[in-house]
Amino acid sequence: MTKIIDLPDTSYVLPGNRACAGCGIGIGLRQITAALEGQMVMTVPASCLTVFGGMYPISSVEVPWVNVAFPSTAAAATGLAAGLRATGKADKMTVLAMAGDGGTGDIGIQALSGAAERNEDFIYLCYDNEAYMNTGTQRSGLTPSGARTTTTWAGKRENPKDLPAIMEAHNVPYVASTSAVFPEDVYDKVVKARAIHGLRYIHMNTPCPSGWSFDPKDTVRLGKMAVDAGIVVLYEAAAGEFRLTGRSKTLAKAGLQATVADYVATQGRFKGMTAETIADVQAWVDARWARYLVRDAG
Amino acid sequence: MSDTAIKRTVMAGNEAAATAAKLARVQVIAAYPITPQTSVVEQLSAWVESGELPAEFVTVESEHSALTVCITASTVGARVFTATSANGLAYMTEQVWWAAGARLPIVMCIANRAMAAPWNVLNDQQDSMSVRDAGWIQLYCRDNQEILDTTIQAYRIAEQLHVPVMVCYDGFLLSHTVMPVEVPSAEQVDAYLPPYEPLTVVDPDDPRNIGPVTLADPRANADGVSCHGYMEVRALHQQALLGALETIPAADAEWSELTGREWGGLTWEHLLDDAEVVLVAAGSVGMQLTVAAEALREQGVKAGVLGIRSYRPFPVDALRGKLAGRKLALVFDKALSYGNEGPICGDLKAALYGQPEAPVVFGAVCGLGGRDVTVEQLNDAANRAIADLADGVTDRAADWLNLHL
Repeated sequence: MTKIIDLPDTSYVLPGNRACAGCGIGIGLRQITAALEGQMVMTVPASCLTVFGGMYPISSVEVPWVNVAFPSTAAAATGLAAGLRATGKADKMTVLAMAGDGGTGDIGIQALSGAAERNEDFIYLCYDNEAYMNTGTQRSGLTPSGARTTTTWAGKRENPKDLPAIMEAHNVPYVASTSAVFPEDVYDKVVKARAIHGLRYIHMNTPCPSGWSFDPKDTVRLGKMAVDAGIVVLYEAAAGEFRLTGRSKTLAKAGLQATVADYVATQGRFKGMTAETIADVQAWVDARWARYLVRDAG
Repeated sequence: MSDTAIKRTVMAGNEAAATAAKLARVQVIAAYPITPQTSVVEQLSAWVESGELPAEFVTVESEHSALTVCITASTVGARVFTATSANGLAYMTEQVWWAAGARLPIVMCIANRAMAAPWNVLNDQQDSMSVRDAGWIQLYCRDNQEILDTTIQAYRIAEQLHVPVMVCYDGFLLSHTVMPVEVPSAEQVDAYLPPYEPLTVVDPDDPRNIGPVTLADPRANADGVSCHGYMEVRALHQQALLGALETIPAADAEWSELTGREWGGLTWEHLLDDAEVVLVAAGSVGMQLTVAAEALREQGVKAGVLGIRSYRPFPVDALRGKLAGRKLALVFDKALSYGNEGPICGDLKAALYGQPEAPVVFGAVCGLGGRDVTVEQLNDAANRAIADLADGVTDRAADWLNLHL
């Protein structure tokens, strides 16, 4: 595992972008582009990342970037890969699709499922900030239970769908779950994915100060707490071989270091969450964590 | 078949479209089945599978993805092809706009079919007419030879102007009807169609952000140079479409030099020279109108046909010139702008508005959902229009042919 001090200095993300203060996307994107050494083309649908990238004629990222329509990310990556093969340029760059949780798990899931079933040759990275943040925090299929959004004023009633599990069910060669606040974990997973052919899916939890309602200085602290509570789990399934990674690997031995109650207390979006709902979510988290431990031992 | 052989054969319209794509040496094909388009991509799949056509064939999970694959594959520099019909075209509508706005030279064949609900797989032109405003060139074909020739011409037009082209032809009436077709040689097509040179740059050594958010007003780049805003981008797109009014006839003329076949460029005509009554349509119904016009001539009416080949761009000047001094233009639409009138009829009225020698324009709606259109009905419709004109009528509601309410 790469130590944080050994991460490359080269950055393809320029200083200055249009993201909100404290946005987790930039932390992740720096590692993703570095892991691919800039030898890539990325495709991005309507999302916070579009805003991050800047407005014509100014861009915040020094890698080829193709903007596409909201539902089409995985099909767009399919077309990039097919076009590069057809024109003899496939060896020159890795195709990276990068979309948010709504763009991946809701409106984009049909195209993603199709591409996964065909095992198209690209990395799909979902940065999960747990709601439609670019349009002002509406609930998505990946918004956690209890979270208040502008379309769930009393708090969302359902648990999020498990996208990495859905992708594993497609039998793609690589599925990973990571968090933007663990740069070395993001970096290692993208490096590993880069060397694999076929569809590689990486799910990256990405704290959002404005949508989750916390102080921008706390992005890394809260992202880490989500992992310590077992709400976000760092793992990978390479060719079906499951293993916990990084902090989650440590927690598998040490035990979880935070509770759902600790975590929800840090964010405005969970204000008004009842003790009963917190207990329900804790039970959901505990059951998931137990399954991960079984698989990791496995 | 050798590269130099010209082959005379019979084939259905869908095979003509597939043959044209193959001759154009398309590099990426994205396909999703829908009647009556399906056999276009079935044929291409067989050629890719056998190695006869060296291309990427992507079996996407929806039409939205089919056009998406074409958009991004074209962006990296591949020549691309897809085909669809009706609800498939409607489902990809978001990407129809994207392809045009991104100025990608995609060629898409449309086997024209009625829109649901209710379900109906048969022919009319409501599907492609409904996306006429999206910024594509739309060419309508009247027979299978024209489908083949126009699809090849479409690549040349698209790649010159950086505008996508829809090649539209009537479902079943042409898509599934076999007729004689001369297949040009690979050598002829290669001479006509140089390899695609993309404007878009996808290169890690020269990174570009393609299609980012573009503001309403011009904005300075990092060097302080003012760059276009959204409205300038749109104005340039419109200029390209209007430029097609020259590019389309030029592409047709050059094709004619190679093959001896030309299709009239923007419009085509039959018995038009001295015609007082002009029957106007796009697609295969135009061929039926030529028979109707001949019958009307026998009846003593000076009738002729003006066919619309290029519906977008709409050939306003050509239509004004060809219709000046006529008494009546009767437009047969196989589509409707609901709550108004047939799209070609409405566009023609707008083109002729205020022209001193413009004819009276009447509309007729025919063939919706595959309703049979016969020459007798076309003739009767023409006679009704002539009678109305004789009665001093200058404006009337559309005449619905063969309707039994």
